[in-house]
Amino acid sequence: MNLADIRAQFPILNESVRGKQLVFLDSAASAQKPRAVIDAMVHAMEHQYANVHRGLHWMSERTTEAYEGTRDAIAALLNARDRHEVVFTGNSTGAINLVAHSYGRGILRPGQAVLISGMEHHSNIVPWQMLRDAHGIELRVAPITDAGELDMTAFEALLADRKVGLVSITHMSNVLGTYTPAARIAALAHAYGAKVLFDGSQAIVHRKIDVQALDADFYVFTGHKLYGPTGIGVLWARRALLEAMPPFMGGGDMISSVSYECSTWAELPHKFEAGTPAILESIGLNAAIGFMNSVGYDAIAAHEASLTDHALSRLAGIEGLNVIGRAQDRGGVVSFTMQGAHAHDIATLLDRQGIAVRAGQHCAEPLMRRLGLDSTARASFGIYTTHDEIDTLADTLIRVREFFA
Amino acid sequence: MTPFVQPEDPSAADAIAGIADELSIFDDWMDRYQYIIELGRKLPPFPEDWANDSHRVPGCQSRVWMEAALRDGRVYLAGASDAAIVSGLVALLLRVYSGRTPAEIAATDPVFLKDLGLIEALSTNRGNGIAAMARKIREIAAVMPAA
Repeated sequence: MNLADIRAQFPILNESVRGKQLVFLDSAASAQKPRAVIDAMVHAMEHQYANVHRGLHWMSERTTEAYEGTRDAIAALLNARDRHEVVFTGNSTGAINLVAHSYGRGILRPGQAVLISGMEHHSNIVPWQMLRDAHGIELRVAPITDAGELDMTAFEALLADRKVGLVSITHMSNVLGTYTPAARIAALAHAYGAKVLFDGSQAIVHRKIDVQALDADFYVFTGHKLYGPTGIGVLWARRALLEAMPPFMGGGDMISSVSYECSTWAELPHKFEAGTPAILESIGLNAAIGFMNSVGYDAIAAHEASLTDHALSRLAGIEGLNVIGRAQDRGGVVSFTMQGAHAHDIATLLDRQGIAVRAGQHCAEPLMRRLGLDSTARASFGIYTTHDEIDTLADTLIRVREFFA
Repeated sequence: MTPFVQPEDPSAADAIAGIADELSIFDDWMDRYQYIIELGRKLPPFPEDWANDSHRVPGCQSRVWMEAALRDGRVYLAGASDAAIVSGLVALLLRVYSGRTPAEIAATDPVFLKDLGLIEALSTNRGNGIAAMARKIREIAAVMPAA
């Protein structure tokens, strides 16, 4: 993998911020977009655009073909058995809410439980609380260890009474960088009669996902973290589950026939895709997947592992700086605090040097409470991140440290 | 020692001009922030029992608290934050607005925060909470009786 060639594909990386070269270390919040994604969306708007699944005309048919082509690309990306298992949503949040609604209210029965972990994003907490309050479902939380890993003994104990109908868990923490042992989680869940959903918002950016090898039941991710556009996400689920689930939203494109007395639902996956979908965004997402495939997950994983090692080693050398989480299996998301400095102070000072990091609670307030922290600063890496950028971060943090020493 | 900031400059406009002058001494934002952090450290101590939710200015990333009191037709302000840079920005804001009449506060647009490059946007509640504090000061002043 030639990093200079990859960086050349991301126009925004040439931007200056406050007179400094941009050092973008906030890819876990949203990644920058390669030329291929930008061009694909512009090309569609200029040359090939109409609504999908509706018009018996050239533009609509060609656009439908592009939209459905993204579904094929996602099925291949995830190694899905069947392209009809791929449902487009607005983002991961939309996908989890779809499952909470259609599977939660449609299939789970009051008295059953949903099991999440202690390191979830709010998007994998709040939909289940809403389900709990509306539908009499118990919400259980599997604790994490001080190292920031899922406590597997406690996890299994929470499954033991077989009341858990669904395990919904992150595949990679957006705060700690921890990968959860997804295949083991799925095997345990299944052994106790539960289905399993993985929130792959972070993981799919860095690792090849094979839903069959993981033996997952649901897998969700969002396009904008995968170098694609905002406004498009994916729910993958086993066909039998999707067939059993009632629709979430009603409207156009999701019906086969409508009368005032009753409507019948369209075939999968359209049953879950009410209304005009994110057409241009689907075209952009396909280009993003093409970009990922052109680089290759092996090269991406090797580059990012090297970046993470470098970052952990540089940050460990800064007095008063504390990296949060020390999971064995971790990726390029590094949260830290600094003695005497608020995360907000750190981010403000880094920003003046053109370095973008996130500061705050990272949409994971319960995890922050578990860690005993008000907030952290977080640097996150992408395919285009360089070792030099990490050195710039570390060198600037040493200057920041002098402010508060 | 009163937690309320006593005005050093004859008017809010003079305070803004003074801040602009002082910040212009530095060529580098790192140095500017060092100065701002020092100003925060010199704020009058904020009573611990005021550092609660009823004194909290809603903001996203850091916590900001404030209190206001009317004396002789002027609004006196106290404030604090758990973040160092934000404390400094609170100090700047109180230097401009504390000890002024409601009419002067109403006439002093917080756009100076943006003009001096201290915040990026006045419209957002997220970010450092300073824009929200400026709005709150002006709301409080607007409902205070004129002298």
